[in-house]
Amino acid sequence: MHILSVLLLALGAVATLSLALQASDGVMSFHAGLMGLFFIAGIALLHRRRRNWAGGEGYEDGIIRAGAIASTFWGVVGFLVGLVIALQLAFPVLNFDLPWTNFGRLRPLHTSAVVFAFGGNVLMMTSFHVVQRTCQARLAGGWAPWFVFWGYQLFIVMAATGYVLGVTQSKEYAEPEWYVDLWLTLVWVVYLLVFLGTLWKRREPHIYVANWFYLAFIVTVAMLHIINNLAVPVSWTGTRSYVVWAGVQDALTQWWYGHNAVGFFLTAGFLAIMYYYVPKRAERPIYSYRLSIVHFWSLIFLYIWAGPHHLHYTALPEWSQTLGMTFSIMLWMPSWGGMVNGLMTLSGAWDKLRTDPVLRMMVVSLAFYGMSTFEGPLMAIKEVNALSHYTDWTIGHVHSGALGWVAFVSFGALYHIVPIMWGRQRLYSMVLVNVHFWIATLGIVLYITAMWVSGILQGLMWRAYDHLGFLEYSFVETVAAMHPFYVIRALGGLLFVIGSLIMAYNLWRTMRGDLRIEAAPAGTTASTVAVGAAS
Amino acid sequence: MIKHATLEKNSILLTVLILVVVSIGGIVELAPLFYLESTIEKVEGMRPYTPLELSGRGVYIREGCYNCHSQMIRPLRDEAERYGHYSLAAESMYDHPFQWGSKRTGPDLARVGGRYSDEWHTAHMQDPRALVPDSVMPGYPFLAKTPLDGSDIAAHLKSNRIVGVPYTDAMIANAASDLAAQVDPDGDEMEALLARYPKAQVRDFDGNPEMISELDALIAYMQMLGTLVDFGSYKAEGANLR
Repeated sequence: MHILSVLLLALGAVATLSLALQASDGVMSFHAGLMGLFFIAGIALLHRRRRNWAGGEGYEDGIIRAGAIASTFWGVVGFLVGLVIALQLAFPVLNFDLPWTNFGRLRPLHTSAVVFAFGGNVLMMTSFHVVQRTCQARLAGGWAPWFVFWGYQLFIVMAATGYVLGVTQSKEYAEPEWYVDLWLTLVWVVYLLVFLGTLWKRREPHIYVANWFYLAFIVTVAMLHIINNLAVPVSWTGTRSYVVWAGVQDALTQWWYGHNAVGFFLTAGFLAIMYYYVPKRAERPIYSYRLSIVHFWSLIFLYIWAGPHHLHYTALPEWSQTLGMTFSIMLWMPSWGGMVNGLMTLSGAWDKLRTDPVLRMMVVSLAFYGMSTFEGPLMAIKEVNALSHYTDWTIGHVHSGALGWVAFVSFGALYHIVPIMWGRQRLYSMVLVNVHFWIATLGIVLYITAMWVSGILQGLMWRAYDHLGFLEYSFVETVAAMHPFYVIRALGGLLFVIGSLIMAYNLWRTMRGDLRIEAAPAGTTASTVAVGAAS
Repeated sequence: MIKHATLEKNSILLTVLILVVVSIGGIVELAPLFYLESTIEKVEGMRPYTPLELSGRGVYIREGCYNCHSQMIRPLRDEAERYGHYSLAAESMYDHPFQWGSKRTGPDLARVGGRYSDEWHTAHMQDPRALVPDSVMPGYPFLAKTPLDGSDIAAHLKSNRIVGVPYTDAMIANAASDLAAQVDPDGDEMEALLARYPKAQVRDFDGNPEMISELDALIAYMQMLGTLVDFGSYKAEGANLR
């Protein structure tokens, strides 16, 4: 087995390094070279740690520690790039008019960094943690989980450097070119096998609900990724390709993908986090088992239909738009069913919100989830969409979900996991968690209110007529009107970045084993402070 | 009636059922778009991009223009007055991938062709705020200085043909000369180019005859956007009513 692994990696190294030498463009040389280095490093690592992987005992926790560090790092990077592009919209001189710093190339860098680098690492980290604990089994596949981890980081680096160097296929949230897509497919299939393999080793007869959500996330993202990205390369040694879908079919394929990147990457996966970490942190069982089942199947069935609401009033046939709108409205119910299931888990433990800022972060994330999943169906109604589409309202909606729900539940999971994984009694500082919570919440509120106002204002200005029946505003007047809100938005983003830096500091001190001497907040018992140590 | 507990104890069954459940919506919504004939309207005038336009489209994609500019005019009164006739599915039938966009930080570009002069575009790309003081668009001064790499243009046309764009053998064989011919109105190849690509605009777009720049290609692409379909012969009723 060991020899076979080394042979496979060596084959990969030879193939990619020869591609690096033959490549028809510079970026392909660079990326193929990176892949070559990846395989060589893999061989070295495999050789050094072969015994460790062959006969590991207990849980594989090293990969969770690595995941916590990677998640925090990419989170801060992704939020920072977001702040930069927010400032560029307020002060365009910050584009510097260079190819590598212009908004058009940095915006995909931001979205991919927060969704795939930050969100993806959080999902992998928590799924590896949850599946081991709920199955009472070590991760399957020996070194395969580490291939998933490092392979995924390589995917991120290739995607990110590619954007900055001008390599993109321009499909939103699916910008990486064909060879990066192929690499991700390989990593993802191994991820699925590791996850399933661990389920097969389980000592519990039942598969816990969080794992259903992780499984749906992994399987569906694989399906979406492969179909949306089918492409024909211009040359096997170059970066460019042409997607097989065209025009209207490509538009719906893209938004079938795009909306379900939200539905399965940013929702199903993070609901899995909710289903494990909220009960764990609240020390209460999930509110309703039956609701979990209804929630799961109705959510995954309905979500996949909602894509056409991104294409209202476009050249997409009307019947498709109507279907998308209808299912988007129906989607409100399972979304709130999930929120209720999470919130009501706190029955009998509501007092912990006063004393445990980590649990508070998770609960507020559910409140934001509820808010954005109400706003989503509203915006999917065609008449509302006629106003909101193409404006900042969409950006505000995305961020109330992304910052309020996805990031907050991730921060909660990170704060919960790090003390456990590093064997610490508790976090370095609960006060800093509290500061992070408030500063980030304030940032989100500034962000989304600014975007609501700017979005609705711009939408109304576009359609405003004067008393003679002429359009009242030129386009650029509506751009100028956005300026104050873009400044407020950037300020909100800055607060969010500061919050994430406070978290990074707190987690780093916790990893080092430092404890800040703090007076316990009123009503705190030892059990809430040390809740992590028990699990 | 199977019990849910059965699924909870069988990971393969669970995985298969998940895959079935998440496939249904996509199949119902996506598959008909490929066989319903009414999906793409019957129009006169659509043709594949010229080699220069296709290269310009590559620049447009590379620089991420779609992040701020849509190419999809909705059938709403203000949009029709601001941008022109609502966009047809037929107008992006050769777009791999589509460029409809999702955000209008800048205006829609679906019919920007012919709206502004080449000189305006050249100056605007150099420094947008020199022409539009309140614009928040980045400047793209490097495009005018960067020679267009057209060395593999025939391969680009070939890939497009594989995915369904009707490029002919003659178009592929003459890709490189057609690319050069579109910026050379005095050249001998212009007639052949126009025969292959009706309505192609032939001139030196960026005002610099010394080289074919990326800006030449980008402006050529923008100046043809929305100009192909003959709306004089287009009927919005009947088979085209969706």
